[in-house]
Amino acid sequence: MSAEQSTTRRYRPPAPLGGRRRDGAGSRNAKALAFLAPALVVIGLFVIWPMLSALRLSFTDASGFGREEWIGLENYRTVFTDPDVFDAVANTVWYTVLFTPTAVIAALALALLLNSPHLPFRSFFRTALFVPFVVSFAVAAFAWSYLIDPRVGLLNYWLRGLGVQMGDVLQDPDLAMPAVAFVAVWKLFGFYFVIFLAGLQDIPTSLYEAARMDGAGPWSRLRHVTLPMLSNTMAFVLVFAMIAALQAFDQIYVMTGGGPYGNTQTVVMEIYESGFRKLDIGFASALSYVLLIATLLLSLVQFVFFGRKEKDLS
Amino acid sequence: MSVAEKSRRRLRELRPSTVLATLALLAVSAIVLLPIAVIVLTAFKPVAEVNAYPPSLLPDAWTLDNLRQITADLPFARLIANSFAFAGGVTAFALVFDSLAAYALARIDFTGRRVLLVVIIATLMIPFQATLIPLYQLVSDLGWVNTYAALIAPRAADAFGIFFLRQFFLGLPRDLDAAARIDGASEFRVFRSIVLPNAVPALLTLGLFTFVNNWNDLLWPLVFTTKAEMGTITSGLTLLTGPSGIVPHGVMMAGSLIAILPLVVAFLFVQRRFIENIATTGLK
Repeated sequence: MSAEQSTTRRYRPPAPLGGRRRDGAGSRNAKALAFLAPALVVIGLFVIWPMLSALRLSFTDASGFGREEWIGLENYRTVFTDPDVFDAVANTVWYTVLFTPTAVIAALALALLLNSPHLPFRSFFRTALFVPFVVSFAVAAFAWSYLIDPRVGLLNYWLRGLGVQMGDVLQDPDLAMPAVAFVAVWKLFGFYFVIFLAGLQDIPTSLYEAARMDGAGPWSRLRHVTLPMLSNTMAFVLVFAMIAALQAFDQIYVMTGGGPYGNTQTVVMEIYESGFRKLDIGFASALSYVLLIATLLLSLVQFVFFGRKEKDLS
Repeated sequence: MSVAEKSRRRLRELRPSTVLATLALLAVSAIVLLPIAVIVLTAFKPVAEVNAYPPSLLPDAWTLDNLRQITADLPFARLIANSFAFAGGVTAFALVFDSLAAYALARIDFTGRRVLLVVIIATLMIPFQATLIPLYQLVSDLGWVNTYAALIAPRAADAFGIFFLRQFFLGLPRDLDAAARIDGASEFRVFRSIVLPNAVPALLTLGLFTFVNNWNDLLWPLVFTTKAEMGTITSGLTLLTGPSGIVPHGVMMAGSLIAILPLVVAFLFVQRRFIENIATTGLK
Protein backbone atom coordinates (compact mmCIF):
# COMPACT_ATOMS: atom_id res chain seq x y z
CA MET A 1 0.00 0.00 0.00
CA SER A 2 2.77 2.40 0.81
CA ALA A 3 4.55 1.76 -2.47
CA GLU A 4 1.35 2.36 -4.39
CA GLN A 5 0.74 5.58 -2.56
CA SER A 6 4.17 6.96 -3.18
CA THR A 7 3.97 6.28 -6.94
CA THR A 8 0.42 7.51 -7.58
CA ARG A 9 0.68 10.61 -5.44
CA ARG A 10 2.09 13.52 -7.41
CA TYR A 11 2.39 16.02 -4.62
CA ARG A 12 4.10 15.30 -1.37
CA PRO A 13 4.25 17.95 1.33
CA PRO A 14 7.79 19.06 2.11
CA ALA A 15 9.29 16.94 4.85
CA PRO A 16 9.85 18.80 8.09
CA LEU A 17 13.27 18.62 9.69
CA GLY A 18 13.99 15.56 11.75
CA GLY A 19 12.95 13.22 9.00
CA ARG A 20 10.03 11.79 10.92
CA ARG A 21 7.54 12.61 8.19
CA ARG A 22 9.83 11.74 5.34
CA ASP A 23 7.74 8.76 4.38
CA GLY A 24 4.01 8.53 3.77
CA ALA A 25 1.31 7.95 6.36
CA GLY A 26 0.76 4.42 5.11
CA SER A 27 4.37 3.50 5.56
CA ARG A 28 4.44 5.05 9.02
CA ASN A 29 1.30 3.15 10.00
CA ALA A 30 2.79 -0.11 8.78
CA LYS A 31 5.97 0.50 10.77
CA ALA A 32 4.05 1.46 13.88
CA LEU A 33 1.92 -1.65 13.58
CA ALA A 34 5.01 -3.84 13.40
CA PHE A 35 6.28 -2.30 16.62
CA LEU A 36 2.91 -2.46 18.34
CA ALA A 37 1.69 -5.87 17.21
CA PRO A 38 3.16 -8.13 19.94
CA ALA A 39 1.91 -5.93 22.79
CA LEU A 40 -1.48 -5.39 21.14
CA VAL A 41 -1.99 -9.12 20.69
CA VAL A 42 -1.17 -9.79 24.36
CA ILE A 43 -3.27 -6.95 25.74
CA GLY A 44 -6.14 -7.58 23.34
CA LEU A 45 -6.27 -11.30 24.04
CA PHE A 46 -5.53 -11.35 27.77
CA VAL A 47 -6.91 -8.03 29.03
CA ILE A 48 -9.52 -6.56 26.72
CA TRP A 49 -11.16 -9.78 25.61
CA PRO A 50 -11.51 -11.14 29.20
CA MET A 51 -12.87 -7.78 30.25
CA LEU A 52 -15.63 -7.91 27.64
CA SER A 53 -16.14 -11.57 28.44
CA ALA A 54 -16.57 -10.80 32.15
CA LEU A 55 -19.21 -8.25 31.23
CA ARG A 56 -21.13 -10.86 29.25
CA LEU A 57 -20.74 -13.50 31.99
CA SER A 58 -22.05 -11.06 34.58
CA PHE A 59 -25.46 -11.25 32.88
CA THR A 60 -25.55 -15.07 32.91
CA ASP A 61 -25.81 -17.89 35.43
CA ALA A 62 -22.47 -19.34 34.27
CA SER A 63 -21.05 -21.99 36.58
CA GLY A 64 -18.34 -23.55 34.45
CA PHE A 65 -20.57 -26.50 33.57
CA GLY A 66 -23.32 -26.82 30.97
CA ARG A 67 -25.00 -24.03 29.07
CA GLU A 68 -25.17 -20.63 30.62
CA GLU A 69 -28.51 -18.85 30.59
CA TRP A 70 -28.94 -15.11 30.15
CA ILE A 71 -30.44 -13.87 33.39
CA GLY A 72 -30.26 -10.12 32.85
CA LEU A 73 -29.49 -8.02 35.88
CA GLU A 74 -30.10 -10.83 38.38
CA ASN A 75 -26.43 -11.05 39.44
CA TYR A 76 -26.21 -7.30 39.90
CA ARG A 77 -29.37 -7.43 41.98
CA THR A 78 -27.68 -10.03 44.16
CA VAL A 79 -24.54 -7.91 44.38
CA PHE A 80 -26.53 -4.95 45.62
CA THR A 81 -28.85 -6.86 47.98
CA ASP A 82 -26.83 -9.82 49.28
CA PRO A 83 -25.84 -9.26 52.93
CA ASP A 84 -22.53 -11.12 52.37
CA VAL A 85 -21.57 -8.71 49.60
CA PHE A 86 -22.61 -5.79 51.76
CA ASP A 87 -20.35 -7.11 54.53
CA ALA A 88 -17.46 -7.62 52.09
CA VAL A 89 -17.84 -4.06 50.80
CA ALA A 90 -18.07 -2.71 54.35
CA ASN A 91 -14.96 -4.72 55.29
CA THR A 92 -13.09 -3.41 52.25
CA VAL A 93 -14.03 0.17 53.12
CA TRP A 94 -12.93 -0.40 56.73
CA TYR A 95 -9.66 -1.88 55.51
CA THR A 96 -9.14 1.11 53.18
CA VAL A 97 -9.81 3.53 56.04
CA LEU A 98 -7.34 1.69 58.29
CA PHE A 99 -4.66 1.27 55.65
CA THR A 100 -4.59 4.41 53.49
CA PRO A 101 -4.11 7.24 56.01
CA THR A 102 -1.71 5.19 58.13
CA ALA A 103 0.51 4.21 55.22
CA VAL A 104 0.46 7.65 53.60
CA ILE A 105 1.07 9.60 56.82
CA ALA A 106 3.86 7.25 57.91
CA ALA A 107 5.49 7.53 54.48
CA LEU A 108 5.21 11.32 54.43
CA ALA A 109 6.46 11.77 58.00
CA LEU A 110 9.49 9.55 57.36
CA ALA A 111 10.24 11.27 54.05
CA LEU A 112 10.15 14.65 55.81
CA LEU A 113 12.50 13.37 58.52
CA LEU A 114 14.90 11.89 56.01
CA ASN A 115 14.88 14.92 53.76
CA SER A 116 17.01 16.85 56.25
CA PRO A 117 20.53 17.12 54.84
CA HIS A 118 22.12 17.00 58.31
CA LEU A 119 20.83 13.56 59.13
CA PRO A 120 23.40 10.79 59.61
CA PHE A 121 22.93 7.29 58.07
CA ARG A 122 20.49 8.58 55.47
CA SER A 123 21.12 5.89 52.90
CA PHE A 124 20.91 3.15 55.55
CA PHE A 125 17.49 4.38 56.67
CA ARG A 126 16.29 4.74 53.13
CA THR A 127 17.25 1.14 52.33
CA ALA A 128 15.89 -0.25 55.60
CA LEU A 129 12.51 1.39 55.09
CA PHE A 130 12.25 0.14 51.52
CA VAL A 131 13.21 -3.50 52.15
CA PRO A 132 9.67 -4.69 53.03
CA PHE A 133 8.57 -3.69 49.53
CA VAL A 134 10.55 -6.58 48.04
CA VAL A 135 9.11 -9.08 50.54
CA SER A 136 5.95 -10.82 49.34
CA PHE A 137 2.65 -10.29 51.11
CA ALA A 138 2.52 -14.03 51.77
CA VAL A 139 5.88 -14.08 53.55
CA ALA A 140 5.05 -10.85 55.38
CA ALA A 141 1.89 -12.57 56.56
CA PHE A 142 3.78 -15.62 57.87
CA ALA A 143 6.31 -13.50 59.74
CA TRP A 144 3.75 -11.19 61.34
CA SER A 145 1.45 -14.10 62.22
CA TYR A 146 4.34 -15.65 64.09
CA LEU A 147 5.27 -12.37 65.78
CA ILE A 148 1.73 -11.92 67.11
CA ASP A 149 1.12 -15.58 67.92
CA PRO A 150 -0.75 -15.59 71.26
CA ARG A 151 1.53 -18.25 72.76
CA VAL A 152 5.04 -17.91 71.36
CA GLY A 153 4.85 -14.58 69.51
CA LEU A 154 7.74 -12.30 70.34
CA LEU A 155 5.79 -9.09 69.83
CA ASN A 156 2.95 -10.38 71.96
CA TYR A 157 5.42 -11.25 74.70
CA TRP A 158 7.21 -7.88 74.61
CA LEU A 159 3.94 -5.95 74.64
CA ARG A 160 2.76 -8.03 77.59
CA GLY A 161 5.92 -6.89 79.34
CA LEU A 162 4.75 -3.32 78.72
CA GLY A 163 1.33 -4.15 80.14
CA VAL A 164 -0.48 -4.47 76.78
CA GLN A 165 -2.56 -7.65 76.47
CA MET A 166 -3.17 -8.42 72.79
CA GLY A 167 -4.60 -11.92 73.10
CA ASP A 168 -5.19 -13.94 69.93
CA VAL A 169 -5.30 -11.02 67.50
CA LEU A 170 -6.20 -12.98 64.36
CA GLN A 171 -9.13 -14.69 66.11
CA ASP A 172 -10.36 -11.42 67.58
CA PRO A 173 -13.28 -10.01 65.50
CA ASP A 174 -12.23 -6.43 66.32
CA LEU A 175 -8.46 -6.77 65.93
CA ALA A 176 -8.11 -9.11 62.94
CA MET A 177 -8.77 -6.37 60.36
CA PRO A 178 -6.38 -3.83 61.90
CA ALA A 179 -3.76 -6.60 61.97
CA VAL A 180 -4.05 -7.47 58.28
CA ALA A 181 -4.17 -3.77 57.38
CA PHE A 182 -1.04 -3.20 59.44
CA VAL A 183 0.82 -5.87 57.46
CA ALA A 184 -0.09 -3.99 54.27
CA VAL A 185 1.18 -0.74 55.79
CA TRP A 186 4.44 -2.49 56.67
CA LYS A 187 4.84 -3.89 53.17
CA LEU A 188 3.85 -0.84 51.12
CA PHE A 189 4.70 2.36 52.99
CA GLY A 190 8.35 2.17 51.84
CA PHE A 191 7.25 2.58 48.23
CA TYR A 192 5.14 5.65 49.00
CA PHE A 193 8.01 6.95 51.13
CA VAL A 194 10.42 6.84 48.17
CA ILE A 195 7.92 8.68 45.99
CA PHE A 196 7.47 11.37 48.65
CA LEU A 197 11.22 11.68 49.03
CA ALA A 198 11.57 12.33 45.30
CA GLY A 199 8.74 14.85 45.45
CA LEU A 200 10.45 16.66 48.32
CA GLN A 201 13.71 16.81 46.43
CA ASP A 202 11.95 18.48 43.51
CA ILE A 203 10.92 21.47 45.63
CA PRO A 204 13.28 24.36 44.82
CA THR A 205 15.31 25.41 47.86
CA SER A 206 14.80 29.05 46.85
CA LEU A 207 11.22 28.75 48.09
CA TYR A 208 12.44 27.82 51.57
CA GLU A 209 14.97 30.62 51.57
CA ALA A 210 12.26 33.10 50.61
CA ALA A 211 9.99 31.76 53.38
CA ARG A 212 12.81 32.01 55.88
CA MET A 213 13.44 35.64 54.89
CA ASP A 214 9.77 36.30 55.53
CA GLY A 215 10.32 34.93 59.02
CA ALA A 216 8.49 31.63 58.57
CA GLY A 217 9.34 28.99 61.20
CA PRO A 218 9.71 25.26 60.46
CA TRP A 219 6.00 24.55 61.02
CA SER A 220 4.91 27.40 58.81
CA ARG A 221 7.38 26.40 56.09
CA LEU A 222 5.93 22.89 56.19
CA ARG A 223 2.36 24.15 55.95
CA HIS A 224 2.84 26.90 53.39
CA VAL A 225 5.69 25.62 51.23
CA THR A 226 6.25 21.86 51.55
CA LEU A 227 2.70 20.53 51.68
CA PRO A 228 1.29 22.71 48.85
CA MET A 229 4.27 21.85 46.65
CA LEU A 230 3.74 18.15 47.39
CA SER A 231 0.05 18.12 46.51
CA ASN A 232 0.55 16.39 43.14
CA THR A 233 2.69 13.67 44.68
CA MET A 234 0.16 13.38 47.50
CA ALA A 235 -2.73 12.90 45.07
CA PHE A 236 -0.81 10.23 43.22
CA VAL A 237 0.15 8.34 46.36
CA LEU A 238 -3.35 8.58 47.84
CA VAL A 239 -5.03 7.14 44.78
CA PHE A 240 -2.35 4.47 44.42
CA ALA A 241 -2.82 3.47 48.06
CA MET A 242 -6.61 3.42 47.81
CA ILE A 243 -6.51 1.22 44.72
CA ALA A 244 -4.12 -1.15 46.51
CA ALA A 245 -6.52 -1.24 49.45
CA LEU A 246 -9.54 -2.01 47.25
CA GLN A 247 -7.68 -5.04 45.89
CA ALA A 248 -6.48 -6.46 49.21
CA PHE A 249 -6.18 -10.23 49.09
CA ASP A 250 -2.81 -11.96 49.67
CA GLN A 251 -2.07 -11.40 53.35
CA ILE A 252 -5.72 -11.86 54.29
CA TYR A 253 -5.84 -15.19 52.45
CA VAL A 254 -2.80 -16.33 54.45
CA MET A 255 -3.50 -14.81 57.88
CA THR A 256 -7.23 -15.17 58.44
CA GLY A 257 -8.76 -16.71 55.31
CA GLY A 258 -11.50 -14.08 55.66
CA GLY A 259 -12.31 -14.89 59.30
CA PRO A 260 -13.02 -14.67 62.16
CA TYR A 261 -16.74 -14.81 61.38
CA GLY A 262 -16.10 -13.31 57.93
CA ASN A 263 -14.77 -10.14 59.52
CA THR A 264 -11.84 -9.83 57.13
CA GLN A 265 -13.68 -11.06 54.03
CA THR A 266 -12.89 -8.38 51.41
CA VAL A 267 -14.35 -7.91 47.93
CA VAL A 268 -11.47 -9.69 46.18
CA MET A 269 -11.66 -12.56 48.71
CA GLU A 270 -15.37 -12.77 47.89
CA ILE A 271 -14.66 -12.78 44.11
CA TYR A 272 -12.07 -15.53 44.56
CA GLU A 273 -14.35 -17.63 46.72
CA SER A 274 -17.50 -17.27 44.63
CA GLY A 275 -15.65 -17.62 41.30
CA PHE A 276 -13.14 -20.35 42.06
CA ARG A 277 -14.56 -22.24 45.04
CA LYS A 278 -18.35 -22.02 44.66
CA LEU A 279 -18.09 -21.69 40.85
CA ASP A 280 -20.78 -19.03 40.84
CA ILE A 281 -19.07 -17.40 37.87
CA GLY A 282 -21.87 -15.08 36.79
CA PHE A 283 -22.14 -13.56 40.24
CA ALA A 284 -18.35 -13.30 40.66
CA SER A 285 -18.16 -11.50 37.30
CA ALA A 286 -20.82 -9.00 38.34
CA LEU A 287 -18.93 -8.35 41.56
CA SER A 288 -15.69 -7.95 39.55
CA TYR A 289 -17.36 -5.31 37.44
CA VAL A 290 -18.45 -3.38 40.49
CA LEU A 291 -14.81 -3.45 41.68
CA LEU A 292 -13.68 -2.37 38.21
CA ILE A 293 -16.03 0.60 38.21
CA ALA A 294 -14.99 1.61 41.72
CA THR A 295 -11.32 1.54 40.63
CA LEU A 296 -12.05 3.50 37.46
CA LEU A 297 -13.93 6.14 39.46
CA LEU A 298 -10.99 6.53 41.82
CA SER A 299 -8.58 6.88 38.88
CA LEU A 300 -10.92 9.42 37.30
CA VAL A 301 -10.84 11.46 40.48
CA GLN A 302 -7.07 11.39 40.18
CA PHE A 303 -7.17 12.61 36.59
CA VAL A 304 -9.59 15.40 37.38
CA PHE A 305 -7.47 16.40 40.35
CA PHE A 306 -4.26 16.33 38.31
CA GLY A 307 -5.88 18.26 35.47
CA ARG A 308 -7.02 20.96 37.87
CA LYS A 309 -3.60 21.18 39.51
CA GLU A 310 -1.80 21.42 36.21
CA LYS A 311 -4.14 24.17 35.09
CA ASP A 312 -3.44 26.01 38.34
CA LEU A 313 0.28 25.84 37.72
CA SER A 314 0.19 27.10 34.15
CA MET B 1 39.71 21.17 56.19
CA SER B 2 41.29 18.86 58.75
CA VAL B 3 39.51 15.75 60.04
CA ALA B 4 39.22 17.24 63.52
CA GLU B 5 37.71 20.37 62.08
CA LYS B 6 35.30 18.31 60.02
CA SER B 7 34.05 16.31 62.96
CA ARG B 8 33.73 19.45 65.08
CA ARG B 9 31.64 20.90 62.30
CA ARG B 10 29.55 17.73 62.24
CA LEU B 11 29.01 17.94 65.98
CA ARG B 12 27.89 21.53 65.72
CA GLU B 13 25.36 20.40 63.14
CA LEU B 14 23.98 17.81 65.56
CA ARG B 15 21.14 19.94 66.76
CA PRO B 16 18.60 18.44 69.16
CA SER B 17 16.09 18.09 66.32
CA THR B 18 18.58 16.05 64.29
CA VAL B 19 19.27 13.78 67.26
CA LEU B 20 15.56 13.28 67.84
CA ALA B 21 14.94 12.56 64.16
CA THR B 22 17.77 10.03 64.11
CA LEU B 23 16.43 8.27 67.20
CA ALA B 24 12.92 8.18 65.75
CA LEU B 25 14.24 6.73 62.50
CA LEU B 26 16.28 4.13 64.38
CA ALA B 27 13.18 3.04 66.29
CA VAL B 28 11.06 2.86 63.13
CA SER B 29 13.78 0.96 61.25
CA ALA B 30 14.01 -1.55 64.11
CA ILE B 31 10.27 -2.22 63.93
CA VAL B 32 10.36 -2.39 60.13
CA LEU B 33 13.27 -4.82 60.09
CA LEU B 34 11.97 -6.95 62.98
CA PRO B 35 9.97 -9.43 60.84
CA ILE B 36 12.95 -9.93 58.55
CA ALA B 37 15.24 -10.54 61.52
CA VAL B 38 12.67 -12.98 62.91
CA ILE B 39 12.50 -14.88 59.62
CA VAL B 40 16.28 -15.23 59.42
CA LEU B 41 16.84 -16.08 63.09
CA THR B 42 13.88 -18.42 63.55
CA ALA B 43 14.84 -20.37 60.44
CA PHE B 44 17.95 -21.55 62.31
CA LYS B 45 16.31 -22.22 65.70
CA PRO B 46 15.72 -25.73 67.04
CA VAL B 47 12.03 -26.68 67.37
CA ALA B 48 12.20 -26.66 71.17
CA GLU B 49 13.38 -23.05 71.17
CA VAL B 50 10.85 -21.92 68.58
CA ASN B 51 8.05 -23.13 70.83
CA ALA B 52 9.68 -22.13 74.09
CA TYR B 53 8.17 -19.65 76.48
CA PRO B 54 9.31 -16.97 77.00
CA PRO B 55 10.25 -16.52 73.34
CA SER B 56 13.59 -14.97 72.41
CA LEU B 57 14.84 -13.23 69.31
CA LEU B 58 18.24 -14.93 69.06
CA PRO B 59 18.67 -18.69 68.91
CA ASP B 60 20.75 -20.31 71.71
CA ALA B 61 21.74 -23.14 69.43
CA TRP B 62 21.80 -22.96 65.63
CA THR B 63 20.43 -25.75 63.48
CA LEU B 64 19.72 -26.56 59.83
CA ASP B 65 16.81 -28.89 60.77
CA ASN B 66 14.15 -26.42 59.63
CA LEU B 67 15.74 -25.95 56.23
CA ARG B 68 16.06 -29.71 55.88
CA GLN B 69 12.42 -30.20 56.88
CA ILE B 70 11.06 -27.62 54.43
CA THR B 71 12.97 -29.13 51.53
CA ALA B 72 11.41 -32.47 52.46
CA ASP B 73 7.87 -31.01 52.72
CA LEU B 74 7.91 -29.15 49.41
CA PRO B 75 9.57 -29.68 46.00
CA PHE B 76 11.64 -26.63 46.83
CA ALA B 77 14.19 -26.62 44.03
CA ARG B 78 11.32 -26.98 41.58
CA LEU B 79 9.32 -24.14 43.12
CA ILE B 80 12.30 -21.80 43.06
CA ALA B 81 12.99 -22.76 39.44
CA ASN B 82 9.31 -22.10 38.64
CA SER B 83 9.51 -18.70 40.31
CA PHE B 84 12.56 -17.81 38.24
CA ALA B 85 10.90 -19.08 35.06
CA PHE B 86 7.66 -17.19 35.79
CA ALA B 87 9.08 -13.89 37.04
CA GLY B 88 12.03 -14.00 34.65
CA GLY B 89 9.89 -14.99 31.66
CA VAL B 90 7.33 -12.28 32.29
CA THR B 91 10.09 -9.71 32.76
CA ALA B 92 11.96 -10.66 29.59
CA PHE B 93 8.88 -10.68 27.38
CA ALA B 94 7.39 -7.55 28.92
CA LEU B 95 10.60 -5.57 28.49
CA VAL B 96 10.81 -6.45 24.78
CA PHE B 97 7.13 -6.05 23.92
CA ASP B 98 6.60 -2.97 26.09
CA SER B 99 9.63 -1.14 24.74
CA LEU B 100 8.65 -1.89 21.12
CA ALA B 101 5.13 -0.58 21.68
CA ALA B 102 6.39 2.38 23.69
CA TYR B 103 8.76 3.31 20.87
CA ALA B 104 5.92 3.44 18.36
CA LEU B 105 3.81 5.52 20.74
CA ALA B 106 6.63 7.92 21.49
CA ARG B 107 8.40 8.24 18.14
CA ILE B 108 6.23 7.21 15.18
CA ASP B 109 3.49 9.54 14.09
CA PHE B 110 0.84 7.00 13.07
CA THR B 111 -2.90 7.29 12.59
CA GLY B 112 -4.84 6.77 15.83
CA ARG B 113 -1.88 7.25 18.12
CA ARG B 114 -3.80 9.36 20.62
CA VAL B 115 -6.74 6.95 20.71
CA LEU B 116 -4.45 3.99 21.30
CA LEU B 117 -2.69 5.82 24.09
CA VAL B 118 -6.01 6.53 25.80
CA VAL B 119 -7.02 2.87 25.47
CA ILE B 120 -3.72 1.77 27.01
CA ILE B 121 -4.07 4.20 29.90
CA ALA B 122 -7.61 2.93 30.43
CA THR B 123 -6.50 -0.70 30.63
CA LEU B 124 -3.91 0.43 33.16
CA MET B 125 -6.74 0.97 35.61
CA ILE B 126 -8.35 -2.44 35.24
CA PRO B 127 -7.72 -4.46 38.39
CA PHE B 128 -6.54 -7.86 37.18
CA GLN B 129 -8.90 -9.57 39.60
CA ALA B 130 -11.78 -8.22 37.50
CA THR B 131 -10.72 -10.22 34.45
CA LEU B 132 -9.45 -13.27 36.30
CA ILE B 133 -12.40 -15.58 35.71
CA PRO B 134 -12.72 -15.21 31.92
CA LEU B 135 -8.94 -15.21 31.75
CA TYR B 136 -8.91 -18.52 33.57
CA GLN B 137 -11.52 -19.89 31.17
CA LEU B 138 -9.46 -18.72 28.19
CA VAL B 139 -6.27 -20.23 29.58
CA SER B 140 -8.12 -23.44 30.35
CA ASP B 141 -9.64 -23.57 26.82
CA LEU B 142 -6.13 -23.20 25.42
CA GLY B 143 -5.12 -26.20 27.55
CA TRP B 144 -2.58 -24.11 29.41
CA VAL B 145 -3.50 -24.72 33.05
CA ASN B 146 -0.39 -25.92 34.92
CA THR B 147 1.98 -24.68 32.24
CA TYR B 148 4.49 -21.84 32.14
CA ALA B 149 2.55 -20.42 29.20
CA ALA B 150 -0.43 -19.77 31.49
CA LEU B 151 1.75 -17.95 33.98
CA ILE B 152 3.76 -15.94 31.48
CA ALA B 153 1.78 -15.24 28.29
CA PRO B 154 -1.02 -13.11 29.78
CA ARG B 155 1.59 -10.81 31.28
CA ALA B 156 3.99 -10.74 28.32
CA ALA B 157 3.04 -7.10 27.77
CA ASP B 158 1.38 -4.68 30.09
CA ALA B 159 -0.08 -1.24 29.90
CA PHE B 160 1.92 0.09 32.82
CA GLY B 161 5.26 -0.83 31.25
CA ILE B 162 4.28 0.65 27.89
CA PHE B 163 3.13 3.90 29.46
CA PHE B 164 6.19 4.11 31.71
CA LEU B 165 8.65 3.54 28.86
CA ARG B 166 6.81 5.88 26.51
CA GLN B 167 7.20 8.68 29.04
CA PHE B 168 10.89 7.90 29.25
CA PHE B 169 11.40 7.69 25.47
CA LEU B 170 9.65 11.05 25.03
CA GLY B 171 12.29 12.62 27.24
CA LEU B 172 15.23 11.33 25.17
CA PRO B 173 16.71 13.93 22.78
CA ARG B 174 15.90 13.37 19.12
CA ASP B 175 19.13 14.75 17.67
CA LEU B 176 20.82 11.35 17.71
CA ASP B 177 18.14 9.47 15.83
CA ALA B 178 17.81 12.28 13.28
CA ALA B 179 21.50 11.85 12.46
CA ALA B 180 21.14 8.08 12.21
CA ARG B 181 18.12 8.46 9.96
CA ILE B 182 19.99 10.74 7.57
CA ASP B 183 22.57 7.95 7.39
CA GLY B 184 19.73 5.69 6.28
CA ALA B 185 19.13 3.74 9.49
CA SER B 186 15.84 1.83 9.61
CA GLU B 187 13.24 2.49 12.30
CA PHE B 188 14.16 -0.74 14.07
CA ARG B 189 17.83 0.18 13.98
CA VAL B 190 17.13 3.55 15.55
CA PHE B 191 15.12 1.76 18.24
CA ARG B 192 17.74 -0.89 18.91
CA SER B 193 20.99 1.01 18.64
CA ILE B 194 20.00 4.50 19.74
CA VAL B 195 16.88 4.58 21.88
CA LEU B 196 17.31 1.34 23.85
CA PRO B 197 20.94 1.93 24.96
CA ASN B 198 19.90 5.34 26.27
CA ALA B 199 16.95 3.89 28.15
CA VAL B 200 18.90 1.40 30.27
CA PRO B 201 18.00 3.00 33.65
CA ALA B 202 14.30 2.94 32.79
CA LEU B 203 14.49 -0.64 31.50
CA LEU B 204 16.36 -1.74 34.59
CA THR B 205 13.83 -0.14 36.92
CA LEU B 206 10.86 -1.56 35.05
CA GLY B 207 12.54 -4.95 34.86
CA LEU B 208 13.22 -5.13 38.58
CA PHE B 209 9.76 -3.88 39.37
CA THR B 210 8.16 -6.49 37.11
CA PHE B 211 10.35 -9.26 38.47
CA VAL B 212 9.64 -8.42 42.12
CA ASN B 213 5.89 -8.09 41.58
CA ASN B 214 5.61 -11.41 39.78
CA TRP B 215 7.92 -13.32 42.09
CA ASN B 216 5.78 -12.14 45.00
CA ASP B 217 2.37 -12.56 43.39
CA LEU B 218 0.13 -15.05 45.15
CA LEU B 219 -3.27 -15.01 43.44
CA TRP B 220 -1.89 -15.47 39.91
CA PRO B 221 -0.03 -18.79 40.45
CA LEU B 222 -2.78 -19.90 42.82
CA VAL B 223 -5.32 -19.58 40.00
CA PHE B 224 -3.34 -20.90 37.02
CA THR B 225 -1.67 -23.87 38.66
CA THR B 226 -3.35 -26.72 40.48
CA LYS B 227 -0.40 -29.11 40.72
CA ALA B 228 1.99 -28.44 43.59
CA GLU B 229 5.03 -28.85 41.35
CA MET B 230 3.85 -26.12 38.97
CA GLY B 231 3.37 -23.51 41.69
CA THR B 232 5.84 -20.78 42.61
CA ILE B 233 7.72 -20.46 45.84
CA THR B 234 5.22 -17.82 46.97
CA SER B 235 2.13 -19.93 46.30
CA GLY B 236 3.87 -23.15 47.38
CA LEU B 237 4.47 -21.85 50.89
CA THR B 238 0.78 -21.18 51.41
CA LEU B 239 0.07 -24.89 50.84
CA LEU B 240 1.76 -25.49 54.16
CA THR B 241 -0.55 -23.25 56.16
CA GLY B 242 -4.26 -23.30 56.64
CA PRO B 243 -6.42 -26.07 58.00
CA SER B 244 -4.88 -28.85 55.90
CA GLY B 245 -1.27 -28.25 56.82
CA ILE B 246 -0.20 -27.06 60.24
CA VAL B 247 3.51 -26.57 59.93
CA PRO B 248 5.85 -25.55 62.74
CA HIS B 249 6.81 -21.88 62.78
CA GLY B 250 10.50 -22.69 62.40
CA VAL B 251 9.83 -24.57 59.17
CA MET B 252 7.62 -21.77 57.82
CA MET B 253 10.33 -19.22 58.56
CA ALA B 254 12.91 -21.41 56.82
CA GLY B 255 10.64 -21.49 53.75
CA SER B 256 10.11 -17.75 53.96
CA LEU B 257 13.84 -17.21 54.15
CA ILE B 258 14.38 -19.16 50.95
CA ALA B 259 11.55 -17.25 49.28
CA ILE B 260 12.85 -13.78 50.12
CA LEU B 261 16.57 -14.45 49.86
CA PRO B 262 17.01 -14.00 46.08
CA LEU B 263 15.05 -10.75 46.05
CA VAL B 264 16.55 -9.23 49.19
CA VAL B 265 20.10 -10.01 48.09
CA ALA B 266 19.45 -8.69 44.59
CA PHE B 267 17.83 -5.60 46.06
CA LEU B 268 20.73 -4.88 48.38
CA PHE B 269 23.06 -4.99 45.39
CA VAL B 270 21.09 -2.59 43.25
CA GLN B 271 19.15 -0.73 45.92
CA ARG B 272 20.68 2.67 45.45
CA ARG B 273 20.06 2.73 41.75
CA PHE B 274 16.67 1.04 42.05
CA ILE B 275 15.31 3.49 44.59
CA GLU B 276 16.68 6.48 42.71
CA ASN B 277 15.23 5.23 39.45
CA ILE B 278 11.80 4.61 40.94
CA ALA B 279 11.96 8.12 42.29
CA THR B 280 13.22 9.85 39.17
CA THR B 281 12.11 7.93 36.09
CA GLY B 282 8.48 8.77 36.42
CA LEU B 283 6.98 6.12 38.67
CA LYS B 284 5.26 9.08 40.25
